[in-house]
Amino acid sequence: MNRFAELLDRLVLTPSRNGKLTLLTDYFRSVEDPDRGLALAAITGDLNIAAVKPAMLRTLVTERMDPVLFGYSYDYVGDLAETVSLVWPQTPGHIPNRQPTLGDVVAKLQAASRSDGPKVLAGLLDSAGISARFAIIKLVTGGLRIGVSARLAKQALADFGKVDVAEIEELWHGLTPPYISLFAWLEGKAEKPQRTALALFSPVMLSNPVGDGDLEKLDPADYAAEWKWDGIRVQAVCEGGVRRLYSRTGDDVSGAFPDLAETMNFSAALDGELLVGEPAATGTFSDLQQRLNRKSVTPKIQQQYPAFMRCYDALQINGEDLRALPFFERRKRLETFIKTLDPQRFDLSPFVEFSDWPSLEELRRAPPHPIIEGVMLKRWNSPYIAGRPKGPWFKWKRDPHTVDAVLMYAQRGHGKRSSFYSDYTFGVWSGPEGAEELVPVGKAYFGFTDEELKQIDKYVRDNTVERFGPVRSVRADRKQGLVLEVAFEGLNRSTRHKSGVAMRFPRISRLRWDKPAAEADRIETLQALLDR
Amino acid sequence: MQQASRTGISHYLDGMRASDLLHPRPEGLYCPPGDFFIDPVRPVNRALITHGHSDHARSGHRSVLATQQTLDIMGLRYGEDFAGTTQAAALGEAMALNDVTVTFHPAGHVLGSAQIAVEHKGRRIVASGDYKRQKDATCAPFEPVKCEVFITEATFGLPVFRHPPDTEEIARLLKSAAQFPERSHLIGAYALGKAQRVMRLLRDAGYDRPIYIHGALAKLSEYYQSQGIDLGTLEPATVDSGGKQDFTGAIVVGPPSAFADRWARRFPDPISCFASGWMRIRQRAKQGGVELPLIISDHADWDELTATIKETGAGEIWVTHGREEALVRWCELEGIAARPLHLVGYEDEGD
Repeated sequence: MNRFAELLDRLVLTPSRNGKLTLLTDYFRSVEDPDRGLALAAITGDLNIAAVKPAMLRTLVTERMDPVLFGYSYDYVGDLAETVSLVWPQTPGHIPNRQPTLGDVVAKLQAASRSDGPKVLAGLLDSAGISARFAIIKLVTGGLRIGVSARLAKQALADFGKVDVAEIEELWHGLTPPYISLFAWLEGKAEKPQRTALALFSPVMLSNPVGDGDLEKLDPADYAAEWKWDGIRVQAVCEGGVRRLYSRTGDDVSGAFPDLAETMNFSAALDGELLVGEPAATGTFSDLQQRLNRKSVTPKIQQQYPAFMRCYDALQINGEDLRALPFFERRKRLETFIKTLDPQRFDLSPFVEFSDWPSLEELRRAPPHPIIEGVMLKRWNSPYIAGRPKGPWFKWKRDPHTVDAVLMYAQRGHGKRSSFYSDYTFGVWSGPEGAEELVPVGKAYFGFTDEELKQIDKYVRDNTVERFGPVRSVRADRKQGLVLEVAFEGLNRSTRHKSGVAMRFPRISRLRWDKPAAEADRIETLQALLDR
Repeated sequence: MQQASRTGISHYLDGMRASDLLHPRPEGLYCPPGDFFIDPVRPVNRALITHGHSDHARSGHRSVLATQQTLDIMGLRYGEDFAGTTQAAALGEAMALNDVTVTFHPAGHVLGSAQIAVEHKGRRIVASGDYKRQKDATCAPFEPVKCEVFITEATFGLPVFRHPPDTEEIARLLKSAAQFPERSHLIGAYALGKAQRVMRLLRDAGYDRPIYIHGALAKLSEYYQSQGIDLGTLEPATVDSGGKQDFTGAIVVGPPSAFADRWARRFPDPISCFASGWMRIRQRAKQGGVELPLIISDHADWDELTATIKETGAGEIWVTHGREEALVRWCELEGIAARPLHLVGYEDEGD
């Protein structure tokens, strides 16, 4: 349990992706079965343990210590799991012979009935040290919140076994904790596990951005063009009555879209974009947002913001694997097949007719719907290849929006950037003339060169107004301030931010040393984008 | 004859209240019959100093009584003329100041640190200064002294503060150094005490490569070495001693403030570590951008505070700087009279 607890503690404080991967692969290497597999399941959210409510946890601890001292402690720490792990009284003179392993803990928690759950938990906390107690409480209260996605965990498995992450994704849904056969294969001790489960995920085909000069080398006649819909890439798979809706990285998202999943009564694996609204009246990105990042969804939301799938490829239809066929052939099959599906829930991604690149460029610049973020180019004769092969698929996105904003706060970075102020919060002007004030509209930490980083860092240090831990506020008023040109992909309404807007994918595109702060943009400029 | 107050907080010692022997004044804790201050924060005529951290040991007093090591440390920090006159107190030796007897006892906080026992008419108050009970190879261990009134610090006076064994923390550091050999580990540690303790712990754990140190640590570390505390080979973490590559895999120790500074740019992709009792709280580590918190403290944790109070046998506890309320509450539950002393001017430099 201590090794798992240590892993959690290190992961939560390690900002770099590579650092996290090293910590995970070292853990998989040094910890035996079944603990490493259970840890993996805990991280990917595949571990099933009956939850304990926070109120129960509080009751357990105040039965064991003075409630006033607990109150002082909780006020100071602010996190219930952490407070309880620290203050939990060790029975005097009682030193357990050995601390429980993760396997012991999970077995005891899974075997506990609802009524004796709290007692079992208390017994486990008695037998563990501080960091192990914290990890146990995190397991039973749900949500580790350690900044590791299931995708990153799978990448760590791939690194550990020196295989492609696509192989892990493909197998994943057929496997169950503690993944003994998976680890045995990754360590070279056994054959690759067989795909025995139904409706498994197939790794998806991805595109490359159109780079400078790419198009000149390509013949427009070799490519089909489609709109690039800014929804969620999904794979709808039905096999033997099992229906699953997968995300691009193989996470099962069926639970978040039951309205769509229910209508999947076919035998096929389709690739497409999940959108909100209905095929004839596609919703905007704001509508889509209502359905994002939800584990479960109310009937009212389903009715108000129904989900549908705009299909653009077929990997398999009625048991026949189509991936080796050229795109034009797959598309033909898809067109026939889609006629058999519920037209409210499945439609076909239309082609964009064009004769040459300049005419396509014109269409790209003026798309017919706000949720279109560019065009896709697909080579007619290309098979469906997992990963990101260079050549068959291109994405040609519309140009980003830009805004001139003023630097307001800067935060120190991590690792290589730990002595640099490298994360910038910026704002635009709002309020009546003569009484303008800056309102923060976003935060960005890339887009600039190392040399520019040094310059901004110096500016921040020379113009600091106040310090709050790792954050400094920077002089920013009508007379003085650093103007940053910020590029972003889109704008969402936000109730969390004072400005009412949240940028998607913001980055610093240019430093405007030349521009007076008073001439930076106003909030109305951004609001106009929202209303479009 | 006056009656003891109903709260039992004010103790009467042969007709004299304990607070007549020692009580807070704006300058610090004052002893009227002995006419001296303990750890005064402003210049005074006569100062008794528990240890060399700058919030306890200030310059400009007319006369200073402290252990020889504390006097040496003050001399290194402030220059030899930091006080009018100085006098060294030998540990365990009683000295008369007017008709008050004072004795210095080791406090286990940093090199030279002492508790000060103040006796008058057969009664004893012990001012502990800062102290800890964990084993520390860089200073003499804390010695419990029986007393009527024990004045305790409360820097970590909350039940959440439970310091793990320091050897476990160093083991985590060395594990991380092995996991990330291409990066350097930068350890923030206060210049007096903590830095040297961390270096000594590294040596005791078998780490024998040079340890790189920030300039602010040089004089004090050299002094520790001269006092027979072996810290092994220390090298300045200057760019003169090499390019960036030289610090690959290195362990670097410096004052915490230095790591936010441009000074830290010479190190390749550093992992920031901070050796402090505050690192027990995850959010503290997170807010400070600390990647590898090392819970190593020179102050007593909750269990040490409560155990020490019991060991002194004191019937009354005065709680100085830190989180007084929880410790006072604990004393109440244990039936020990306790009150906060509200001394001002002490930060937690030592942690």
